[in-house]
Amino acid sequence: MSLFRTELRRLAKRRFARWMTAGGLLVLVLVAVGMFLSNQKVGPEQWAAAERSAEQQYQEQVRWAEAERANCERAKTSGGEFYTTDCESINPPPREAFEAQWYLPSTFEFRKTFGELLIPLAAILGMVGFVVGASFVGAEWNTGGMMNLLLWRPKRLTVLLTKLGALLTGLLALALPATAAWFGSMWLIANWRGTTDGMTSGAWQSFLLTGLRGIVLALVATTVGFALASLGRHTAMALGGAIAVMVVGQIGLGILLELAGVRFAEAWLLPTYALAWMTKTITLQDWRSCEATYTGECLPATLDITWQHSSVLFSVGVVIFLGAALWTMRRRDIT
Amino acid sequence: MRVEAGQVHGFLGPNGSGKTTTLRTLLGLIRPDGGRMAILGHEVPDMLPQVVGQVGAIVESPQFFPHFSARDTLSLLASAGDLPQQRVDEVLELVGLRDRAGERVKTYSLGMKQRLAVASALLKNPRLLILDEPANGLDPGGIREMRGLMRDLAESGMTVVLSSHILGEIQLICDSVTIISLGRRVAFGPVEEVLAQHSSGAVRVRLEAVADLPVAATALTRAGVRVTTNPDHLMLAGVDKPATVTRLLAEQGLYVSELAPIAVDLESVFLELTATAPVPGQHRQVDQSVRVDGAEPSAPAGGGWGA
Repeated sequence: MSLFRTELRRLAKRRFARWMTAGGLLVLVLVAVGMFLSNQKVGPEQWAAAERSAEQQYQEQVRWAEAERANCERAKTSGGEFYTTDCESINPPPREAFEAQWYLPSTFEFRKTFGELLIPLAAILGMVGFVVGASFVGAEWNTGGMMNLLLWRPKRLTVLLTKLGALLTGLLALALPATAAWFGSMWLIANWRGTTDGMTSGAWQSFLLTGLRGIVLALVATTVGFALASLGRHTAMALGGAIAVMVVGQIGLGILLELAGVRFAEAWLLPTYALAWMTKTITLQDWRSCEATYTGECLPATLDITWQHSSVLFSVGVVIFLGAALWTMRRRDIT
Repeated sequence: MRVEAGQVHGFLGPNGSGKTTTLRTLLGLIRPDGGRMAILGHEVPDMLPQVVGQVGAIVESPQFFPHFSARDTLSLLASAGDLPQQRVDEVLELVGLRDRAGERVKTYSLGMKQRLAVASALLKNPRLLILDEPANGLDPGGIREMRGLMRDLAESGMTVVLSSHILGEIQLICDSVTIISLGRRVAFGPVEEVLAQHSSGAVRVRLEAVADLPVAATALTRAGVRVTTNPDHLMLAGVDKPATVTRLLAEQGLYVSELAPIAVDLESVFLELTATAPVPGQHRQVDQSVRVDGAEPSAPAGGGWGA
């Protein structure tokens, strides 16, 4: 227990961990401020303004159509050229084509939008967790701190797993209040700059589960960052690995799969699974196929990636990376 | 290699001979491929967790997280080892870092880092202290302080194993030594015994009249002493009792103005035992030292520094 407390203290003392946490929270605050500034409540005034805008737009179209028809008639009389000879066909769109709701200001509908806003929260927590996790153990290896600690605590696996436990506890200490604050701040913004109508207990449950999946995603990213840096005994191993996966494994692979005409190319890319984890299901479509309906309509073939697929992928990834880190911790010499 | 309790033991060897590897293996950082090791009566590495609380160690150059202060560094170690925080202040005082303890380690000189490393090793108040090159980077005053500290610790009952290349210090501080070469032991025992075993029995003789040196050389050679004649003195080898030299020369009517046994030091013994003494015009490679299986060190090849 003393080692666990020590590692928590060490984590809290790390300047890099503090700055990364502050940076991540700052981004979340900026998103919240952006949501506040870019939305407003919709009431009778906004509807009236929208109606006026729709009418104004319609009138502009009427004036334009009349001017065009007049030009057409003139061209017809003078024998000039015009793009059509059927001047009667130049008419403005009907009034009902200009819907007032198009001209409403942006408003924050909590029920409709908050689920999507949990994705950036999970992404930021995951990124902070990955980088801090990698640095937490990578710097220990790199600066000789790990060797010093092993001179006090020679049970290597206990040391590594305790460090990981402290790291994940630290992340939870950040993620749980941050998620609660995200829920609270967005609820307030929706109240001030939108609507919270339609929130049922089922909707709340769905959001809570999505938030929970976001925290799990951050924990997975943290564990993988920690394991990679421990494997390479340097922070750069994890960060370099992440960049390599993003550039070569995702962008490069994406282009290659596209060129090769592979069906459902996104199914080979990691972000698809992260998104599927958060949204429960992602449906990929193959536009180069035809699945005929009984009406003779051609629909693209689809492939559903579900959160269960993602959970299998993440579990396998954690087992492989953490297992390798533990194995090398046990077997490799400390030099 | 065996270290008696309460002694200061010097662990010597040329670069690459395996000193640090031995210490790392002893401390569980490197997996042994054979043999038997025990610390304070406990077989290691199996029993290391039981005994590690009584072993303080620094291995090779001091390494610490550069952005923590010395106090934070030691405080975290003390916390990991369930030690009271007051012990941190005690060791900071002991190594002379009390007034700089709040500064980040990255601002420290090598000597200050070395002091911090020693402080971290002393934190446990160990029964066995293992120090790899503890004087590295220390100023002359620091080296003397370190010498005094080692002596005080040994007098308090602590066993100290000291690896160093400063052989003069080892000779001054240590009760016993182990010298290794290419991973094998080439000498072992109390410092005086090791020196005595490798003493050549050399004696320097000066006479009142330099002109008498050839006569004296002839008389001593006849008595079976190996003599080297120098312009102003004779060097004698294989002399068991210097008094016999006085008697032999007095019988010839020659009067001695100086009769000085040449004391061998640890450095010359080390260089002799490991065959690492520099040879003019040759560049010794790091693995060129003596093998205990009797093989001669290979002839220096070209290259190396300055080649």
